[in-house]
Amino acid sequence: MTVEIARHKERPRTRDYIGYLIDGFEELKGDRLRAEDPAIVGGLGWFRGRAVLVVGHQKGRTLDEQTVHNFGMAKPEGYRKAQRLFTLAERHGLPVLTFVDTPGAYPGVAAEEGGQARAIAESMLGMARLSVPVVASIIGEGGSGGALALAVADRVLMLENATYSVITPEGCAAILWRDADFAPQAAEALKPTASQLLELLAVEAVVDEPRGGAHHNPELAAQRLGDAIAQALAELDQIPPQERRLQRRERFRRLGRWSDPEQPPGSYSLFGGYAPPAE
Amino acid sequence: MNVTVQIERRHNEPVRPEWLCPSCHQGARHSEVRANLMVCPHCGHHLRIGARERIGQLADDGTFRELWSMVTTLDPLGFVDLETYPERVREAQAKTGLQEAIVTGTASIDATPCVLAVMDFGFMGGSMGSVVGEKLWRSAELASGEDLPLVAVCTSGGARMQEGIMSLMQMAKTSCAVDLINEASSPFVTILADPCTGGVVASFATLADICIAEPGARLYFTGPRVIQQTTHEELPPGFSTAERNLELGHLDAVVPRKDLRARVGNYLRLLGGGEEPDRGETAEDGAGRTGRLAQAAAERARTLATYARRSLVRGDREAPEPPEEAPAREPEA
Repeated sequence: MTVEIARHKERPRTRDYIGYLIDGFEELKGDRLRAEDPAIVGGLGWFRGRAVLVVGHQKGRTLDEQTVHNFGMAKPEGYRKAQRLFTLAERHGLPVLTFVDTPGAYPGVAAEEGGQARAIAESMLGMARLSVPVVASIIGEGGSGGALALAVADRVLMLENATYSVITPEGCAAILWRDADFAPQAAEALKPTASQLLELLAVEAVVDEPRGGAHHNPELAAQRLGDAIAQALAELDQIPPQERRLQRRERFRRLGRWSDPEQPPGSYSLFGGYAPPAE
Repeated sequence: MNVTVQIERRHNEPVRPEWLCPSCHQGARHSEVRANLMVCPHCGHHLRIGARERIGQLADDGTFRELWSMVTTLDPLGFVDLETYPERVREAQAKTGLQEAIVTGTASIDATPCVLAVMDFGFMGGSMGSVVGEKLWRSAELASGEDLPLVAVCTSGGARMQEGIMSLMQMAKTSCAVDLINEASSPFVTILADPCTGGVVASFATLADICIAEPGARLYFTGPRVIQQTTHEELPPGFSTAERNLELGHLDAVVPRKDLRARVGNYLRLLGGGEEPDRGETAEDGAGRTGRLAQAAAERARTLATYARRSLVRGDREAPEPPEEAPAREPEA
């Protein structure tokens, strides 16, 4: 059911949030290698009076728009553009705000042969390396690696009705149940909702949406998301730049659940890395 | 008379070979294929091999010391499909004799000490969950902390769906591990074996300093079936094979299995910089690796394993006991 709200055609997109939250947005296009990918938009702008870099998946709303933006499914050039922009932000000390809204990376031959895998991997590594503050917001569908490529952030925020998952319920059902009709069961089992992800510590905060979903009052939804982003930025400003990179690494290092009898509960492992208490 | 006919018939029956190559359909003896490192002696088709066998082929004899073998997965989601996740894990453990889809430790490869992480496709399709991510992180931590190279053999169907978002997060976690190892300037080499796909090929596997693959290995983020179902595109010949990827510029080299040890060893020494070690020191003779460099490398792999195990339990960092005059890279120092 949540998947339906997350995929609702009237749901505000990255461009809508940019419109509400970013003043004087200057779009920057192209990956500087070979192409421009409209599935990812990026640019500079003023967020509550502060210069920031914005990068996000753009889905589009009408069929024409969706075709132009390829339904938010980015190709390697999209991820390479994102990575180029992250480097730009780093050079000039601009905080990075990302908006995640994609069913996944584009599954085409040209994308695959153009180095989709490496483009996603490099985008993640590029984000991991940043010393500027990075705040990611999952605003609609967070589909697998294509979403994560823009979400290796210090703080990951998630709208109440957004989803974030390793695979679509349909894909998961087709593999594990061997029947795509089991998608509802798969959606249940994958626990892709904001509240479930908060519990699993995969996101830092859930942002309440207006009653019925963000599309009922996009302005209010954007206002609340803006407040959450501003708060996250304020927290991150307190951390020295090099420390930010270490803490971001540490954030992702903690994600996962494992048991290790050789490791005492709550201890620090090998070289000071955190080990979660055994369950 | 009858007897003769019987004998004739028996002679005419085709001899059923012990083993049939799935690629060229020619027969061979098991022992022949094994001796050829599980590569078809006729057509050179590389069969999939498990983590233990791979370590045996890649690491110098007797130098591998396993680390973190007891790390097992929990069930973060309480995932149930047709079976529960813990049931599937138990089945995979029974089938492979491994605890997880990755085996990690220290080793010496061609007389060069390193941290070695090897995935096993037989364990739930080599899927990457919390344990694969964690063991890879620890390997990267050990390598960067000790200025050792990291070698990873990657073969995987992608992220482990049964761990939901936690499996997706391992892509980010392993990418952060690469950041760690890059920051320390430790050499990082990955060997992609058939098949290497999804979340693994889109994270640490392709982020290495040197990224090579075995001949014929299938390497893709999105599989041919999904591409055809979604976009109905015609697939080019050789789509997603190692050779095609090499042509497209996504790999440094395609290296046959028999050459892997020597090539990887050379990569590690080259990335380590400095002067070329005297080959006589690393050479293998009838009695095994007796060269001084080989001995020193094996010794260092052993010392580090002991140290890593102890520091994990104590939870603090102490200098490892000096591995008496065993500098990894400057044999003359």
